[in-house]
This record gives sequence, C-alpha cells and structure tokens, in this order.
Amino acid sequence: MSLLSAMDIASSSLSAESYRLNLTASNLANANSVSSSINRTYRGRHPVFTTISANPDATAFGDVMDGLGRGVRLAAVVESAAPLRKEYHPENPLANKEGYVFLPNVNTIEEMANMISASRSYSSNIEVFNSAKQMLLRTLTLGQ
Amino acid sequence: MAIGMDRVFGMQEQALLIRSKRAEILANNLANADTPGFKARDIDFKAMMAQLAGPAQGQFGLQRIALRGTDPRHFSSMSGVVANTEVLYRQPMQPSLDGNTVDSQREHSAFAENAMGYMTTLRFMTGRIQGLMKAIRGQ
Repeated sequence: MSLLSAMDIASSSLSAESYRLNLTASNLANANSVSSSINRTYRGRHPVFTTISANPDATAFGDVMDGLGRGVRLAAVVESAAPLRKEYHPENPLANKEGYVFLPNVNTIEEMANMISASRSYSSNIEVFNSAKQMLLRTLTLGQ
Repeated sequence: MAIGMDRVFGMQEQALLIRSKRAEILANNLANADTPGFKARDIDFKAMMAQLAGPAQGQFGLQRIALRGTDPRHFSSMSGVVANTEVLYRQPMQPSLDGNTVDSQREHSAFAENAMGYMTTLRFMTGRIQGLMKAIRGQ
C-alpha cells in the first residue's frame, strides 16, 4: 500500500531531521567550550544524508517504481575540517604553557541557518504524514 | 444484469492507485529535500491514466496516442503525441549548489493537489456506492 510507504518515508525524514537538529544543538552548546590542546577541542559535527534506495519488491506498477528512493537516512556524521580558533587567554585555567586556549570551529550563523532548515523540513514532513493519514482514513470510510 | 465491480467504479479505481503512488513519490521528494545530489521525481498522471486505460504501449515505456483516421487513405498517426509513462525527473527552477533539485514549495503544492485529487476520486466512488445502495433498497 503506497500510502503506508508514504508515511514510512515521511517518518524516515522526521528521524533524520531530528538527528540533524540534535547535532545543531550540540554544536551550538559547545560553541564556546575551550580546550588546552588542539586534539581535545570540540569540532563542529555535520550530518550526511543519503536516499534509502528502493527494494525492488513487486508493486502494482512493476518496473516503473524501481530505482526510486524510499526516504532518507543519516549515512554518517562528519567533523568539520575548518581550522580551530586560537586565542590568547593566559588567565584561563585551561590555557596551555604559552597562554593560548583553543576554541571550536563551530560557525554559529551557519548552525542557526541549519536549525531553521531542519525545523522547516521537519514540519513539512509532518504535514505529509498527516495528509497521507487523512487519505488513508478517508479510504477506510469509502461508501459511507 | 450483472454489474462487475470494476465497471461500477470505472477508471476511478486506477486513478486512486496512481494518486497513491504519486503521493509516495512526492513524499520521497520532500523527505530528501536536504539530501545532496538528490533529483526530484514525479509521474505524468495523464500519461499513466492513458496507459492503464488502453494498454497499447510502445517500446521504452513510451505511450503513443494514436489519432483516429476517418478515411482509409489517412496516414497512421503513430508519429503523433508521445506521452511518457515513466517516473520522470523534475526540471529545477532554481538549481542549488549541492545538486539537489527539490523545490519544497513546488513539491508541497503538488502533494496538496494530489491529495485533493485523491479525495475527489474517493468522493466519486462513494457516490457510486451510494447510488447502488439506493437502487438496491428501492427507496
């Protein structure tokens, strides 16, 4: 039943987008976490989305539906390769011997844009889910 | 007089099937609105209906809609309109840097239009059923 798979697709996107929102929250929360060494500094994390490839099960449409995606999934989480910020704060207890602390390479503005995009995608998928649900419910009451 | 259920509903049943398939395709487009390199897909509803109505299908999934000849000297019109019954790629209005061709607004309106069509088809089917029930009860 393709309306049920439409709901599956929408929910796959819901979980992917909420994971993205989680990463954004983590990035923003750690935007100012200083550290004394480069290796231990937090780095911005970003999701990588890929399409779930179709399983070629027999549908009413046969070959027509093959090769179509069945939603989205989170393939990986990558750490940003942007250079870390290095600031001179000798009074900071975490400063290294030269008096420098390292700050994460989180771009706050980018994260805010990410957050808006994720929440918009989330709500649009909820709408899709609700529409599909309404269509199914109306089908169940066919003839009444 | 026997009434087959397929004759009661006519093409509405197939229309419902295509509508629900299209809902799935559009849902997939919207789900992949942030996937880099994803290409939005859609089907030509009219061509699909034509294919299901008369399976005079050509090769490569191309549907040839023949014109009616009223004289034996008329040429065959198989070079006429060609409708595609495959799942097509959407032509992007604003290409994005990551190669994604999903336009959320466009997909949304297509989804809403499709849902509307689905509901309309359901309404027609309900009307048929109610008409039959009326005839059976004789009231």
